[in-house]
Amino acid sequence: MLRDITLGQYYQTESIIHKLDPRVKLAGTLLYIISLFFFRNFIGYAAAAVFLAVVIRLSKVPFKFMIRGMKAMVFLLLLTVVFNLFLTPGTPLVSFWKLRITMEGLQLAVTMAVRLSMLVIGSSVMTLTTTPNNLTDGMEKGMRPLKLFRVPVHEVAMMMSIALRFIPILLEETDKIMKAQIARGADFESGNLIRRAKALVPLLVPLFISAFRRANDLAMAMEARCYRGGEGRTKMKPLVYQRRDRCAYLCILFYLIASISLGRL
Amino acid sequence: MSIVKTKDLTFEYIRRDEDGNVEGITTAVDKVDLDIAQGSFVAVLGHNGSGKSTLAKHINAILNPTEGTVWVDGMDTSEEEKIWDIRQTAGMVFQNPDNQIIGQVVEEDVGFGPENMGIPTKEIWERVEESLRAVGMYEFRKYSPNKLSGGQKQRVSIAGVLAMHPKCIVLDEPTAMLDPSGRREVVRAVRALNQVEGVTIILITHYMEEIIYADKVFVMDSGKIAMEGTPREIFSQVERLKELRLDVPQVTLLAYELKKKGLRLPDGILTVKEFADAIEKL
Amino acid sequence: MPIILDHLTYIYGEDTPLAVKALDDICLQIPDGQFVGIIGHTGSGKSTLMQHLNGLVKATSGHIYYNGEDIYDRDYDMKKLRSSVGLVFQYPEHQLFEIDVFSDVCFGPKNLGLDKKEAELRAFDALRKVGLPNELYYQSPFELSGGQKRRVAIAGVLAMKPQVLILDEPTAGLDPKGRDEILKQIKKLQAETGMTILLVSHSMEDVAEYVDRIIVMNKGRVMYDDIPREVFSHYKELEEVGLAAPQMTYVLQELRKRGFRVDVDAATVGEAAETIYRALN
Repeated sequence: MLRDITLGQYYQTESIIHKLDPRVKLAGTLLYIISLFFFRNFIGYAAAAVFLAVVIRLSKVPFKFMIRGMKAMVFLLLLTVVFNLFLTPGTPLVSFWKLRITMEGLQLAVTMAVRLSMLVIGSSVMTLTTTPNNLTDGMEKGMRPLKLFRVPVHEVAMMMSIALRFIPILLEETDKIMKAQIARGADFESGNLIRRAKALVPLLVPLFISAFRRANDLAMAMEARCYRGGEGRTKMKPLVYQRRDRCAYLCILFYLIASISLGRL
Repeated sequence: MSIVKTKDLTFEYIRRDEDGNVEGITTAVDKVDLDIAQGSFVAVLGHNGSGKSTLAKHINAILNPTEGTVWVDGMDTSEEEKIWDIRQTAGMVFQNPDNQIIGQVVEEDVGFGPENMGIPTKEIWERVEESLRAVGMYEFRKYSPNKLSGGQKQRVSIAGVLAMHPKCIVLDEPTAMLDPSGRREVVRAVRALNQVEGVTIILITHYMEEIIYADKVFVMDSGKIAMEGTPREIFSQVERLKELRLDVPQVTLLAYELKKKGLRLPDGILTVKEFADAIEKL
Repeated sequence: MPIILDHLTYIYGEDTPLAVKALDDICLQIPDGQFVGIIGHTGSGKSTLMQHLNGLVKATSGHIYYNGEDIYDRDYDMKKLRSSVGLVFQYPEHQLFEIDVFSDVCFGPKNLGLDKKEAELRAFDALRKVGLPNELYYQSPFELSGGQKRRVAIAGVLAMKPQVLILDEPTAGLDPKGRDEILKQIKKLQAETGMTILLVSHSMEDVAEYVDRIIVMNKGRVMYDDIPREVFSHYKELEEVGLAAPQMTYVLQELRKRGFRVDVDAATVGEAAETIYRALN
């Protein structure tokens, strides 16, 4: 069960969005999120919604998967709505008991809710259509200019992709260690906070020892396969912009200009 | 032509207690002389702690000898500047399949070595395909390694080394963590590489069934080469192997027991067929 | 006070498209004091089955009766079950965590709520039973050899004084001598204490000499459940599912085919030598 958890919740299918260069998707998502903060009226949001709907349609990912990403956000969303609804001063609309809803408050609450939902769905489109591996590749290449500022871009990307590979393995191992200790009468569930923290020792010690061992083995295996950092390395799957990627950039640019100019009317 | 050669190879490490004080020196490999011919299939046997893994790590220049010399294809492994050529010539497969697969997709993992060597993209794809086909894992190229069985993962690891076009592959207990069917898969793949592709194989193991097909067997004990010879020569010395914490295939043991009872059977019977033939001839 | 499994089924990842029947309608009875080998290859469901026996995994349907009580009853004491059905996992590295061997073995009895003295007494007793040399008691468990770690892991469970001991692949990764030593120790332990022992393994050859009964698992079902020689007589069917009978079975079948009057049921080298010798004279 644990091993089936994959990060980034990639949805496998063939679509134009899936095929886009990850750099396009990264940049597009970023620009899309930024655009959401420029709008002053509902026309802007309408434009953003239409754009998002078209992209989702093109991606061939069922809409319910987009919503899935929202589940974790429901609490945050409600909190934002409630705070804005009741705590914004202005023209009173309804009031009961000690609470008061203002016209401005209602407007702000709706705006925030819409903005937040679009933001989450927008980033879900990226994670659902891009494999984690592809994403790290995109980051590595997209952030290459940062190398000038001595940011170890290649190393960070390599670390991310190794982490992605080992997370399921370590989760499974945690499960096994827990079972082995429960079989020896360990109790991870009852008692106060201090007791529970103490109960974790029999779980964490074997887990850390194993993780260090794995790290050591992996480093040796990588060296044995001639790994010596990013210098002089070629790529099996190099990122090269295609025509569709250039088209996509143009579309994003067009969307930005249109939505922001409409949204600030 | 020899591909791997060692002379007086010795490896020592210093044991320290918790405070870092020197407790003593352990000699893991002790004056070992080896000469392994290009294209041969060599097995190194030994119980846990006999020094066989330490020896293996010298061939890939992961460890450097305390004393003595190791040559891989004529290159001295202690020369810093040759290290990447050596690692390319003598590839290495390790025990735990999970701890040596780097890629999240099978084909990407196999491409990892060639990427590090700076091979052009088009050729990487050719090498990945041919390596995966050689170990019979081509149809799994798009899989996540986490979805494979132990034997399949080890075959991917072997393909990953093979894609670097080594002359020699050192396998350090590649089957220790596998079940019997996984072990058979791996051994079959290794034999095919040796016979079809002509790659020199150095197989480190403590499973006796895996070395029957080797050209030559070295048995290690406390860092030294305790026995060497063909599998038949080795297996004819049942008592000596038992002293070295090893055993022989059951059929060899059976022949040995019957010989003790007075039957006139030849030494070092290795397979069921050989045994039945020998009984018939009595 | 046997263990009874009644139509036990376990579905892994139920309600997802990836649902797999890990155990499929298992019915078994394990009487007290039996030494049972559970054989199957990776993914046959043998380890999952074992984890059901001490309540670590709960079945999707079916019942397990231990000492006549249904362990899935609401008021059944799971903690007590876990102390009387001890489970030792495959890798000792998954459970060793204390600074020295002795404290590690004390972990189990302490969890049972025993006082320090009683826990220590039990730890000593358990370490003696697994045959660990005295001078290793106060060493770090991480510095031991594979075979020694395995012994400490078994002692850690033994110290809880279980009536049933389940060992999941206790010989994995050990060299031949280490494997024989640990199996002999387990056999001795069983003879001394009269415990029920369930030994999970993927090798028939390893367990053939020691166990009273073999249960072969395949695809979540019980394929064979009988005394060893009966199970090995199905060597052809076993091969079809990727398991091999001991090499002796093949030798004897081959000789029989060539007209020798040998007893094909012999499973160990000693028995085989005996029957061949007799057939020739």
